[in-house]
Formats: sequence, structure tokens, C-alpha cells
Amino acid sequence: MKVLAAMSGGVDSAVAAARAAEAGHDVTGIHLALSRNPASYRSGARGCCTIEDANDARRAADVIGIPFYVWDLSDRFHEDVVEDFMDEYAAGRTPNPCLRCNERIKFAAVLDRALGLGFDAVATGHYAQLRTGADGNVEMHRAVDDGKDQSYVLGVLDQDQLRHALFPLGGSTKAAVREEAARRGLLVADKPDSHDICFVANGDTAGWLREKLGDRAPNHGGEIRDEDGAVLGTHSGSYAFTIGQRRGLRLGHPAPDGKPRFVLDIEPVSGTVTVGARDRLAVHSLTATRPRWCGTAPARLAGPGVTVQLRAHGAEHRAVVTVANDAVAVELLEPAYGIAPGQAAVVYDGTRVVGSATISSTSRDA
Amino acid sequence: MDPAQRTVYLDHAATTPMVPAAVEAMTEHLFEVGNPSSLHASGRYARRVVEESRETIAQALGCRPGEVVFTSGGTESDNLAIKGIHWSRAAELGPRPRLITSSVEHHAVLDPVSWLEAGGQAEVRLVGVDSSCRVDLDQLRELVAERPVSLISVMWANNEVGTIQPIDEIVAIAAPHGIPVHTDAVQAVGAVPVDFATSGVDALTLTGHKLGGPFGVGALIVRREVGVTPLVHGGGQERDIRSGTIDTPAIAGFAAAVELAVKEQAAYAARVGALRDDLVRRVIEAVPDAHLHGGALDPLGEFRLPGNAHLGFPGCEGDSLLMLLDANGIECSTGSACSAGVPQPSHVLLAMGCDPDQARHSLRFSLGHTSTAADVDAVVEAIVPAVERARAAKAPR
Repeated sequence: MKVLAAMSGGVDSAVAAARAAEAGHDVTGIHLALSRNPASYRSGARGCCTIEDANDARRAADVIGIPFYVWDLSDRFHEDVVEDFMDEYAAGRTPNPCLRCNERIKFAAVLDRALGLGFDAVATGHYAQLRTGADGNVEMHRAVDDGKDQSYVLGVLDQDQLRHALFPLGGSTKAAVREEAARRGLLVADKPDSHDICFVANGDTAGWLREKLGDRAPNHGGEIRDEDGAVLGTHSGSYAFTIGQRRGLRLGHPAPDGKPRFVLDIEPVSGTVTVGARDRLAVHSLTATRPRWCGTAPARLAGPGVTVQLRAHGAEHRAVVTVANDAVAVELLEPAYGIAPGQAAVVYDGTRVVGSATISSTSRDA
Repeated sequence: MDPAQRTVYLDHAATTPMVPAAVEAMTEHLFEVGNPSSLHASGRYARRVVEESRETIAQALGCRPGEVVFTSGGTESDNLAIKGIHWSRAAELGPRPRLITSSVEHHAVLDPVSWLEAGGQAEVRLVGVDSSCRVDLDQLRELVAERPVSLISVMWANNEVGTIQPIDEIVAIAAPHGIPVHTDAVQAVGAVPVDFATSGVDALTLTGHKLGGPFGVGALIVRREVGVTPLVHGGGQERDIRSGTIDTPAIAGFAAAVELAVKEQAAYAARVGALRDDLVRRVIEAVPDAHLHGGALDPLGEFRLPGNAHLGFPGCEGDSLLMLLDANGIECSTGSACSAGVPQPSHVLLAMGCDPDQARHSLRFSLGHTSTAADVDAVVEAIVPAVERARAAKAPR
């Protein structure tokens, strides 16, 4: 197969490309330039998006012995991922840009171009497993390494995308991948893992939003109230808050019961942020829209193996999932906490990813 | 495997292979000891090699030996000319004099110019170009008349689309105002006739690796009457303009390459120009909506570098074409190298009036002294499937 390996400059994608080449595929490496103004050097915990990372990817491709190019997808990335991220926060929701990037960039813009150029598949360093199911469809399963499993951020891929995807690391642990990178002479073997959002360089999402949103921010301040409406404090922009957030509320005095308070609600128009005790965050059911199914769309899923995951590296929640057209209703068998509209609900049956949908509302009534 | 045996190399404007005469001249001195600044016999011998090389270059390019300042290459020569002459002139003209260059210069000129501007040291004006990339002389006339100008820098020939600039006329516009003219001639020397004294320019950049010499060596030819503030201070070599131990072997190789390139220029232009014309004609026959950027093909080579074929392929990404041709062993370029790691639409094509889409659908084939008819055949054979695939890759699925 002719395989296009997306290489971020990190250890995972380098080993994924090496494995694809060793498996006998005709592999070409590409680095996706996603930033319009890339920084020269890596800083903090980012593992991509600087010129230094592009150079790391290039050196890895040299060592593997494959051709290497840089593809500029910065405009597409900005339109489809960064703008969406800003819009979602401005609307009081909490988006996950990694899912969006996989859906729109890596397995759409890049995959489409690759197929046009004569490639058969796109390989990435994501930790997830692909296998062929009884119905002939490609199934995606959780990775062997629980700590690294990235099937959540891939839950947006449909069957057509999965048929052209290759995840060579799904059966390995991160430790084994690092060891293999060192053995293969890949200098990125001990490069730190990347975390957080690649385009928020210093990890300060609220600060980044404050700078970028400008006039698009629904408000530049408002009141922090308790559930009875009493004003407890003020803030300088509701987009800086996420449901379930505890830190950074800057409430001068403790709650009467002495327990920590959490963000329960964000009202972008008035700018009011409502806080309360943790038990008030308990979500018993939720609805989600814009579903993306890995295979055939299900009508109803129930059973011991059916779970939903509601954030990256979050827990599995046992659930009953009902689908009607584009609306997905999720009934949680035990309550979940800190669930925000905008996040993705990824549905699993055992280790298999069934699909995903974007949370539109949550219900806190048992 | 020797890359030269399996590839069709059509990126000579990026760098061209060394000629045997240059390799011989350079390697002859690699085992020899002697710092040209030393006073003993070995030093004197090294100095003799350097000075003979300087005379060879002066002879070939119509300048005096004392006007040749050796540098590490084109970028350094351009920086030295822009900053060095601007600073020297600013001392006479007063703070923040006007500095004029064209909008289609190489980054080795544009970046020092914008650096001076950003630091409040220069008021920068960029002269525009027409759709063939030729500078707007009327605009230049206006710009020099308005206020004191430290320097005009316009390239002899454009590296992307091959357009040769009207250096004579630029000099004629500058002369009555006493404004020095610098020209980046890295693409021109050996490809078209270049004579420093006849041209009337005050400073000229050339580099070894674009004309069959080694990497890492070049020169700024600069008239002795022009003040140049040094960028690199130290031992006072090269007229105190450019300190640093002189690289005898590289300079010997550089001089041999310049001598040969200038001697063979006419024959080179005729042979390579004919190959280039053949390539353009046959590619446009094979891909009817492909079109040439820059000036028309001119048999006399007055307006376009003989080795340059810059072609637009509507509906394609230049990056995709480059990759597909590379996979077939054909090496070319999308234009200027990416400066920030991200391939940007060419500032040259944008200045010529192309929109960003047009700027991205372009490829530069640059032929050189090792190019053959078989290279042209290979491009003609590979271009149709490559364009079809590149179009499929750009079309929404």
C-alpha cells in the first residue's frame, strides 16, 4: 500500500511511520503545518507545531529512510478548528479541538488530498486498534495501553475514514514505543509527550481566548452567583469558565457549608456564571447532536458493555443510548460530574467505538 | 546510489553542481597550510592564491581586483551591501534616509531591508513590478525625487521567474541624484552577460554555488568610493569591510568557477535556452492550460534567464506536483524556499498580480550546465499524470 504517514515530530508518529515502512508499505512522511506563525522552538509541553518539531519529523523520516514533505494546512486548520473553538467557547460550550482536527483535518483534508495523490491510507501515531468485524466493516477498538488510549479523539471517524486509516501503535504500550524509537535510532525517543491544546502555546486557554476573542466575546465580564441568585463575585469574561471548574473562581469568602464550589452553569448573554456544590453537578442523562458513527448507525444500545466516555482520558460511564435521526439520548446508569455542552460523548460497546456525538444539553434530575 | 544517476535535476537556481575545474582548483589547496594573513612563506603562498583568484574574478566580471570583497555567499553579500552602505550613507544624509528596493527581491535583500525599517533606521519603499516581473521605472523615478535616498537595491535577475531587470535604466535614474545602486546578481553571473564597470552599479552580489563553484563562498563587488560599514569586526581582512580568516581553497574553487562560467556564458545561454524553450513548448502542448510566468521566451536572452521555466498549472497545488514529480525522480521547486517552515505563496508572484491560488499552483524548473534533452523528455513524460493526480487531490471529494 502507498501510505502517507502524518509526522508531528513526536515519538509516536515517528514509530508509527517506521512500523508502516517496515511492514512493507511504500511510506511518505508529511508534517502538517497548522500554525500560521509557527514559533521557532518548542516551549512548555507542546509536541508539535513549531519549526523545531517539523525538523524533528524530518530527521525521523531521514532515519527511517522515507521521503518527507511539509503540507501547509494552516488556513484549513484555522477555519475548521481554531474558529470553531472560539465560537464554541463564546457560546458557553467546551469544545474538544482534537476531535475536530481528526474529523476535519487529518482524516478529511489530508486524507482527501492523499487519496487524490494516489495514496491508499493515512497512518498516524494515535493509540487505537483497527480490526475487521464480522460484517466486513473496519472496527475501531481501544488501545492496549489504557493510559495512552486515544480512541476517544478518533470517535468522530466514519467507516470511509477508518477504511483509509492506519494506527500502527494500537497494540503497544507507550513504554514499548519509546524503547523501540531508541532502538531504531530515532532521536525523538525521549521527547516529552504533548498535552493540552496545540495552538494554545502556553496552556493558558482563558488567556488565549481573552486575547483572540476580542469583540467576538459574548461578554467581558459578569457576575458569579450561587443557585439562589446571590452575587458572590465578578469575572472578566464567561468564556474563561468550564462547567465543573473549581479553580480560578476567586470568590473572596468560603461557602457557608465550607465545601468547595464548582461552576454549574454559564449564561453567555448575561455573563452570569452560577456556582454550587459538587453534588449539584451530577448529570443523570444528556442529549447530543451531530452524531458520527464508525459503522452502521445504531437505534438503541444497552447492555453490560455499553458505555460512554465524556472527555479525553475521562472515565467510562455505563449507559443506555437511544438514537433518533440526529438526536442521541444518553441515560447514565450512575451520575457523571463536570459534564459540559460542547464536549463529545463517545459511545463504546466493550472496547469497540460505536461513534460519537456532541453534547447539547445535560439533565441533572435523577 | 549516486543521486545524479537516478534523478532529473531541474533545480539549478537553488544550487548547481560544481564544475570539475572548480573541484580541482579547490582540492589542490585543501592539504596546504598557510593563513593568507601570515607573513611567512606559507602565508605568502596562500595570499598569492587568494589574490590571483581575486584578479581572475575581476577580469571575468569587469571590475578592479580591489573591488572584490570575499564573503560567505549571497546572503552575507546582500546583507553587507544593504546594511553596510545604508549605515554609511545615513551618516551623511541624516537619520532614517529612504531605502529603495523592489517587491520581488530575494529574502536576503528584503529581510535586512525590513529589519532596518523595523528598527526605525530606514524609510523603506518597495518598487512594484508589472505582470512580467519587470520593475516599474516610473515609480522609481518618483521615489528618488522625493527625499534623500541611501541606496537602491534591485536584483539583476529574479530567482523565481527569471526576469532580467533593466539595471542600465535604474543606474541612469539613480546617477543624477548620486544614489548608489546595489544589485543581487547571483542568478545572472554565467547565465547572461554581466560586466560590473559597464553596468554602472556600485555594488554587486555573486555566490559560488550558483555558478559551479563551492558552497559557502561568494563576493560583494563594491566600488572603492562607496563607503561600507562592516557587519563583522575582527582581523581587518578584506579592506576592513569583512573580517575573518580567508578561505583559500574555497576562493580558489570559486574563482575557477567564475572564470569558466563567464567564458562559456554565450554557449551556455544558447544551449540551455534551447532546452528550456523545448521544455516550455512541450509541457504546454501536453497540458494546454499550463502557462508561463514572467517574461516571454526571448531568443536573445535579454529579458529572461535562459534556464528558467516557471509554469502555472491551474487546478493544482504546486506542492502536490513537486511531490509527485519527486517520486518519479524529477526534482524542481515551487519557487522560493519556505522561510518559516510553512510554504507561503510566493511574494514574487503576488507582486506580479497573481492571486494566492495562482501563486500556489506554480512550479519552477531551472535548467543548468548539466541539463540534457533527456531531462526535458522526462518532464514531458511525467507531467500529464502528475497534473491529473494533483488536480484530483485538490478537487473536493
